[in-house]
Amino acid sequence: MIAEESVCVEENLVYDRPKTLIDTTMHYCPGCGHGVAHRLIAEVIDELGIQDKTIGVAPVGCSVFAYNYLDIDMSEAAHGRATAVATGIKRMLPDKYVFSYQGDGDLAAIGTGETIHTCNRGENILIIFINNGIYGMTGGQMAPTTLVGMKSTTSPEGRIPELMGNPLKITELIAQLPGVYYCTRVAVNTPNNVRKAKKAILKGFQYQDHKKGLCFVEIVSNCPSNWKMTPVEANKWLEENMLPFYPLGDLKVPEIEGGK
Amino acid sequence: MKKELRLMKGNEALAEAAIRAGCDGYFGYPITPQSEVLEYLSKEAYKRTGMIVLQAESEVASINMVYGAAGTGKKVMTSSSSPGISLMQEGISYIACAELPCLIVNVMRGGPGLGTIQPSQGDYFQAVKGGGHGDYKLIVLAPSTVQEMVDFVPLSFDLAFKYKNPVMILADGALGQMMEKVELFDPIPRKNNTEEWATVGKPKNRERNIITSLHIEPDKMEEINHKLQKKYKEIEENEVRYEMINCDDADIIIVAFGLVARISSKAAELAREKGLKVGVFRPISLYPFPYEKLNRLAENVKGMLVTEMNAGQMVEDVKLAVNGKTDVHFYGRMGGIVPSPEEILAQLEEKFSGELV
Ligand SMILES: Cc1ncc(C[n+]2csc(CCOP(=O)(O)OP(=O)(O)O)c2C)c(N)n1
Ligand code: SF4
Repeated sequence: MIAEESVCVEENLVYDRPKTLIDTTMHYCPGCGHGVAHRLIAEVIDELGIQDKTIGVAPVGCSVFAYNYLDIDMSEAAHGRATAVATGIKRMLPDKYVFSYQGDGDLAAIGTGETIHTCNRGENILIIFINNGIYGMTGGQMAPTTLVGMKSTTSPEGRIPELMGNPLKITELIAQLPGVYYCTRVAVNTPNNVRKAKKAILKGFQYQDHKKGLCFVEIVSNCPSNWKMTPVEANKWLEENMLPFYPLGDLKVPEIEGGK
Repeated sequence: MKKELRLMKGNEALAEAAIRAGCDGYFGYPITPQSEVLEYLSKEAYKRTGMIVLQAESEVASINMVYGAAGTGKKVMTSSSSPGISLMQEGISYIACAELPCLIVNVMRGGPGLGTIQPSQGDYFQAVKGGGHGDYKLIVLAPSTVQEMVDFVPLSFDLAFKYKNPVMILADGALGQMMEKVELFDPIPRKNNTEEWATVGKPKNRERNIITSLHIEPDKMEEINHKLQKKYKEIEENEVRYEMINCDDADIIIVAFGLVARISSKAAELAREKGLKVGVFRPISLYPFPYEKLNRLAENVKGMLVTEMNAGQMVEDVKLAVNGKTDVHFYGRMGGIVPSPEEILAQLEEKFSGELV
């Protein structure tokens, strides 16, 4: 038998807590995609070595406490206003890496105006958009992104478009704006998708150096608590219901990647 | 050294002062009667000092850009007029709670609602009593000349940084639009030192800086409120500003702020020509309000007349200050109408006919 001390050595380490991720208990529900997304941001900041040059903007929504977990300077923003706050920061500090992290209620309902105009101005920031199809924090009300037929506390029989309007594909909408440099949709429901999500976030940070416009990464995520499913069921439901309506992949890539 | 003299419109003078005060960023949205601030800055600021000027998509966005920019420790500002300031109230409450320095200029017009683009003082309550949700205060300065539109800009930035609190310059539309001779101060260079609380990227040797107004535990939230209230006490003790014109021997005192104080001093002059001893008391800081000084003044006069371009807002603070020591009367015009000196004189004669014979 090999002694434990000879295995647990640094050169054998394949998985560890990123140093930008603070060692504390998270408030997110078990199986929630927010935790995974946080970890990816921390990994990317570590790998790029930009902890001292990054400023994040936390929204209103379940991720309102994002700053408790990321060891970087951060600002809380009023509901929906994260991209305006990020604009103010980036305009003052154009050489720093600035990102906002927002839910669908935050970004696609109360903050639609700020979102569209920040994208259209081509602010050199990264928007990370967590689409879980529901208002998590306030207890599972319908979001702009709630699917047709999907149940929520304010669409108890399922979303009926005639009564409640249609789900909003905000990412498709903003991908058309000239100020948007990179726009992609990823998910965090499987290990493979998580790896792709990380790549997208990495690009979103790196592209800020180009100063060519806004980077937008939509992460299709889950809300096991308000979907009233186990984490495993939630990820399966996401695959079967969310992804057909919100297909994964790039919507816009910079020329350097072969886009036009 | 001779200072630079110019004939300038109030809004433009204020914008020029912002550039000279070393302001780093302006975020705003057009609305009459203050659009010249944004226009003047768009033309002048960036090329002269590198100051960032951004026309936002709304007042809601502007004030939140100010919030983000102020969090970096820079000198930042916005300006608007009444309906726009109403839209900013959400952001102002957040900025006050997060204790960020910034300058907010309100060049008031007549309301409520869309109202009129003519001058008014109808936003007194909104400015000095809160306006947004929660217990917070802005430091509020009321200029009465174009010169003060200039002088109050660097003063506001100093106060904002000293107390980490938003400061509001509360002017009416007439002050924004009228031209007067101004003496401009020498430019102050933009600062490049970093405030220790600012979100500028966390160096290895310090804790992360978090700017937030979220304190979910009630104990913590109450603690924050106590901290804010302590700061407001300090402001009340140190930052009361006012002007007195011929008050020493006065029987009657007109209390007025901003442009109306100037009109009132003309009325007081006319009254003195008729042998009535009238003085003018002008609060310059509307918050903190000069309660104590007014209370002392009240002991030696026969009465006070509060004149305002609103339905009677500051008069409530004057009554609180005087606390029954003398009679307090009110005269106000609304909807964008500016009272004339003769009108105010007539009010003096009517309200104090008994005392003045
Ligand atoms: C002005 C304002 N309106 C409403 C709320 C209440 N509120 C808090 S979180 C939230 C919804 C957040 O949903 P989403 O952005 O989808 O994030 P999630 O919680 O799902 O991560 C709402 C409506 C608020 N805090 N402020
Ligand atoms: S309520 Fe939903 S979105 Fe919020 S933490 Fe729980 S699972 Fe995640």
